[in-house]
Amino acid sequence: MTKKYLTRYGDNYVGELTEAEIRQDIEDGTLDAADRGQIPAMSQDEMDYLYEIITSPQKIVSVEPGKEVVVSFDAGTLKLPTRNGIPMDRLQAVITQERALASDSTELCHVDYSYKPIKPIISEERQAMEQIQLMTTIPVLYGAMPNLGLYTKPDGPCDNWAELLPAGKITEAMEAQEEAVEHAIKDIVFVASSMIESGADGINLDTVGASGDADVKASLEAVRILSKKYPTTGFEVGMAGEFNLGMHGELTFDGEVLAGMYPHKQVLMAQQAGVGIFGMAVNTNSSQSLAWNLARVVTFAKETAKVATIPVHANVGMGVGGIPLSIIPAADAVSRVDKALVEIAGLDGL
Amino acid sequence: MAVTHESTAGMGGIRSAGDLVFRMELQKMKINEAKKYVAEKLRVSVMDLADCAVMKDLREELNIGTVQSRPDAGVGIQTKFRIAELLGVPINSVDMFKRQAGL
Repeated sequence: MTKKYLTRYGDNYVGELTEAEIRQDIEDGTLDAADRGQIPAMSQDEMDYLYEIITSPQKIVSVEPGKEVVVSFDAGTLKLPTRNGIPMDRLQAVITQERALASDSTELCHVDYSYKPIKPIISEERQAMEQIQLMTTIPVLYGAMPNLGLYTKPDGPCDNWAELLPAGKITEAMEAQEEAVEHAIKDIVFVASSMIESGADGINLDTVGASGDADVKASLEAVRILSKKYPTTGFEVGMAGEFNLGMHGELTFDGEVLAGMYPHKQVLMAQQAGVGIFGMAVNTNSSQSLAWNLARVVTFAKETAKVATIPVHANVGMGVGGIPLSIIPAADAVSRVDKALVEIAGLDGL
Repeated sequence: MAVTHESTAGMGGIRSAGDLVFRMELQKMKINEAKKYVAEKLRVSVMDLADCAVMKDLREELNIGTVQSRPDAGVGIQTKFRIAELLGVPINSVDMFKRQAGL
């Protein structure tokens, strides 16, 4: 009887696969990424090592001593008090991360995790940052999403391109997005500047591209302004997905069309804008195995780390970076993702 | 999940030197360059940076904060004054403290 290995699928559930099936999934995964990104596939040695990681008999695996990387966070202070429902304020959450969880960094954020709604409460956010900075040693960033969708009517001033596009009003949809970009740049620069003035160690723009290429454009332009204004402050940009959706389609940054860019191209735009840490995202396919998903992520990540002159972190939350699509992803899968991304892809952090 | 990331691949924050290496990544240094820079500043090997045995003693000696609360030891902003000097990088909250305190 052919031996089978316990592994996971992208939906977080256990599955049993043979050596041949796992090796085939690894090959299919890397070829899929190579084809989509027009980048090199994994070498045979890399695929063999990934197979070893996937089939390791240990429940939890880890990187070898000396190969550790640093960890950054999105939704920093949303995790313990809000998602876990632990009754603590944000200062307590940050100190818990520093002294109980031994995080390398963390992030202060508001429950409405977007730059636009922070404006009316900026004084309270600044006060929270100033108090937290007095009490902490680790770098504490401030983070939120550009979230261009918030600028559409009735919540915002712009026509809704998601309604205009299906109606065939292409020009109007493009103009609405261009208008939203200008509003978002102002809001991001205002909020980020305020938080830096209150002592933030850095600014995180998270889930960049969730509203498409205009979302990316606004973020890059904002970072360009901010990095010139605050040259010693770090800016982290974490992407929403593995390629920029072309909701506009013709927006450019430094002459390059943003729509359709995969991580190894996204990072070049980010470093040109002045980004300090780039957070790449690759979507997890919940129907495919961990081997298929991880081979695909490693292929994108390796090329992104190779071309980047700035640190690259992988977004390894629920449903991205090879992590199963579940709010409670299995630790055996998470640890294999971490080891592969650090040891094979050569990423700078998670 | 954050705990899994930290334990399988993370540097261990102020248990070791993860916070210091992260500060150098914010300055656009890639991981190996950041580790080498911090190791040279601390006068330890790169391997020591994630070793809590070495780093506990060194952090206490330098008074730059550990996970344990101790009497007569710096916490928070006090530790960042020393870290800014040690690493040779500006820290926004330290500069702000100096402005507010008229230092």
